[in-house]
Amino acid sequence: MLQKANVKQLDKVVVRFSGDSGDGMQLAGNIFTNVSAGVGNQVSTFPDYPAEIRAPQGSLGGVSGFQVSVGTGVHTPGDQCDVLIAMNAAALKQNHKFVKDGGVIIVDSDSFKEADLKKALYATDEPYKELGIKAQIVEVPVTSMTKAALAESGLDAKSVLKCRNIFALGLVCWLFDRPLESALHHLAKKFAKKPAVYEANAKVIQAGYDYGHNIHASVSTYRIETDEPKPGIYTDVNGNTATAWGLIMASEKAGRPLFLGSYPITPATDILHELAKRKDLGVKAIQMEDEIAGVCSAIGASFAGNLAVTSTSGPGLALKSEGIGLAVMAELPLVVIDVQRGGPSTGLPTKTEQTDLFQALYGRNGESPLAVVAAATPTDCFTMAFEAARIAIEHMTPVILLTDAFIGNGSSAWRVPEADEYPEIKVRRVTPEMVAEGWSPYMRDAESKARSWAFPGTEGAMHRLGGLEKDVRTGAISTDPENHEKMVNIRREKIARIADDIPALEVMGNPDADTLLIGWGGTFGHLMTATDELNAEGIPTAFAHFRYINPLPANALDTIRRYKRVIVAELNTGMFADFLQSKLPGTEILRINKVQGQPFRVAEVVEGVKNFIK
Amino acid sequence: MESQAYIPANYKSDQAVRWCPGCGDHAILNTLHKAMAALGVPPHMTAVISGIGCSSRLPYYMNTYGFHTIHGRAAAIATGFKVANPEMTVWQISGDGDGLAIGGNHFIHAVRRNVDINMILFNNKIYGLTKGQYSPTSDRGFVSKSSPYGTTEDPFIPAELVFGARGNFFARSIDVELATSQEVLEAAARHKGTSVTEILQNCVIFNNGIHNPITDKAVRAERTIHLRHGEKMLFGKDNERGLVRDGFLLKAVTVGQDGYTIDDVLTHDAHCQSNFLHQQLAMMDGHELPLALGVIRDVEAPTYDAAVSEQVAEVRARKGFSSLRDMILAGDTWTVE
Repeated sequence: MLQKANVKQLDKVVVRFSGDSGDGMQLAGNIFTNVSAGVGNQVSTFPDYPAEIRAPQGSLGGVSGFQVSVGTGVHTPGDQCDVLIAMNAAALKQNHKFVKDGGVIIVDSDSFKEADLKKALYATDEPYKELGIKAQIVEVPVTSMTKAALAESGLDAKSVLKCRNIFALGLVCWLFDRPLESALHHLAKKFAKKPAVYEANAKVIQAGYDYGHNIHASVSTYRIETDEPKPGIYTDVNGNTATAWGLIMASEKAGRPLFLGSYPITPATDILHELAKRKDLGVKAIQMEDEIAGVCSAIGASFAGNLAVTSTSGPGLALKSEGIGLAVMAELPLVVIDVQRGGPSTGLPTKTEQTDLFQALYGRNGESPLAVVAAATPTDCFTMAFEAARIAIEHMTPVILLTDAFIGNGSSAWRVPEADEYPEIKVRRVTPEMVAEGWSPYMRDAESKARSWAFPGTEGAMHRLGGLEKDVRTGAISTDPENHEKMVNIRREKIARIADDIPALEVMGNPDADTLLIGWGGTFGHLMTATDELNAEGIPTAFAHFRYINPLPANALDTIRRYKRVIVAELNTGMFADFLQSKLPGTEILRINKVQGQPFRVAEVVEGVKNFIK
Repeated sequence: MESQAYIPANYKSDQAVRWCPGCGDHAILNTLHKAMAALGVPPHMTAVISGIGCSSRLPYYMNTYGFHTIHGRAAAIATGFKVANPEMTVWQISGDGDGLAIGGNHFIHAVRRNVDINMILFNNKIYGLTKGQYSPTSDRGFVSKSSPYGTTEDPFIPAELVFGARGNFFARSIDVELATSQEVLEAAARHKGTSVTEILQNCVIFNNGIHNPITDKAVRAERTIHLRHGEKMLFGKDNERGLVRDGFLLKAVTVGQDGYTIDDVLTHDAHCQSNFLHQQLAMMDGHELPLALGVIRDVEAPTYDAAVSEQVAEVRARKGFSSLRDMILAGDTWTVE
């Protein structure tokens, strides 16, 4: 073990990697995350990348970032970072504001030449002064050190430069006492098909690590607390992959094949990527010609008896509206996943927001109720994707699962569930006995009001579905006025009764407080941390987080009514607050809102709550 | 054809048929019942999926699995259905508006993918259910409620779109030609892959007689030709006319005149890989050259639904996991004791 001066003992640290979008910051960040998770840290990541695939090199528009928090009690990737790695002048300009007071900035001093400063639109040749940076700056000649390390490698100049990110990674590994063997293992996997590139990166990561060791006198290093998590087998997973896996789990528990009809759209495409790989588990994931075909192929697959899913983001959900309405009318199970991004229109494709809530709840013609659920964290995407599928199948309805760019791309360590941890999903399958007893397609279960599911190929269960209104009894087309109203009410009641089949709302933080902070979906980590901070500061705060939006948990409204002060914090202009307000006419719903394409910062939420208490 | 297991009535539902009296759809429906009985696929192994429009009401009149969906989307829904359960025989019913306007994108992509579905395209060159607007197959200048001074656009020719999308099966019939319709629908069903059968259908209310210049009994023999694989391309009242090559083009001649003998008349090869001649045949419009009926192209190619299933089976055999948990455990994990 190396002897280190100035060791700081911390429960968690936040590191931000930044550079050109071609500099491999996401890779460096991901390896650092995986290595940290491997030594028992909790991890939470936030990739912050530009919409452009390759903006001009060194320009402000091309800066890509990856922030990760590692340690214990990690619920978010952190508001601000302890250490920033800036691979060029543009990255420093875009990211210095994220550094904590007393933090450290490591810059590649080779990328601060006159031309670099010009490209990044600096007015002077004194970038640190110009930006007013107070953090400790460590200038490291990353580019020249990388070149020196690979002088004998025989690689061409371009390939050599591509290894700069790994030099920086080596330096960070030294700084945080991460085992290089683990980092090498991840590099070996990444470059399994390019042994020469692996060799070069292995050399460079060691060089970066050694460089840190040699200059350690001038930088504090960190020792991070590790957690004692629940025993089990763990892996690192991002929200989109967890979503895909939750669907596979539901398919196993329902005994129905999994079908995905999708169309590429940022930031949801990774769900399609993962399920396309999962042919090894029998998944049929097909890329259709457009968003509409994505949902329609899924509706066809659902009619055929599959667990059918379509994945998209806001603009795609808009295109799917009519199809979802058909699934409402035909009363077929369907899971629609919306990984929310900044809108309206094309909006901020790579940024996070919670602005599709109204679209999910109301964005269809006619009286068209359906179930809406939302995932709270990257790993909760697994649970809520499972839940979306369970509700869809057991209640014969489309279900919209809302996640967002923040939790979809963010990752955490996740304990792989045991085989029996999730319940069997009961399929309301039409049996030959039911057919013999005179089954018809719109007969309903008395309790849930759900109809049953006849798989094509079943003898005697031939039936016709469609978008036209159906007779309440026979399922034949009906234009009878009273029948229509009856059917409208039945479809509404069917969704309302899902409330009996979902977990009750829990109150966290200090349940006896007067103030209740409310959130939903992907803001859980920030709001939970804010609640903890408020209570630690002596401001009693209760916290309720919604993952079931429509219907709400059965105890939700009574729970909210118990509090004097109710504050909904969300990343839109107040959609969930309005939704709750419509159900709680006597309660004043206060609001904390942010619509910047960025997650909350914990400090903002703490401030926001304090402002209402004053 | 030999199957005696089913009769047409087995495919008929108990719902009253609600098309206008005299509508060409009645004849197509009856022919489809007959073709299905002749094919012998059990009703519970058959699905009929439609979009929106007069023709798209058809599934309600079938005693099969049926889905009357939304405007233009039948091809996408049928694709998902067939991929999810390739055991089913899938029919898709669309009109010219449903299939080629609002559903044009799904139409070409289903054809391109070669999903094993049998599309029947009811072409009456009008929007009937919305009471008479021009459609993407209406001729330039066509006067309708939405084109009171005539349209200012050229129509799609469905066959051309099918070949443009690399289609492998195209057939054509006329609603009143029951025997031809049954023959081509059976061939369409036997074809593995997307089959498109265009049926010229008469809308008795909003576009009555639109196909008459070609389909009227008095001229039909001269203005249409019934193509059959392996047979000479002959037409006319007494089969005295024939199609011959004229450079790269086709020409109609009278056998025994101008030096043309029966040996000069082309023999139809529906299975030819190249669609060059098929396209020329399908583009004949009943004026200079007779409109082609029957199976114009019928070429085998890998189907999408089978390819998806085979790939899943192949990947599973090579590196399949028995469960999600097994798959995850094979990746990067660590254990907390």
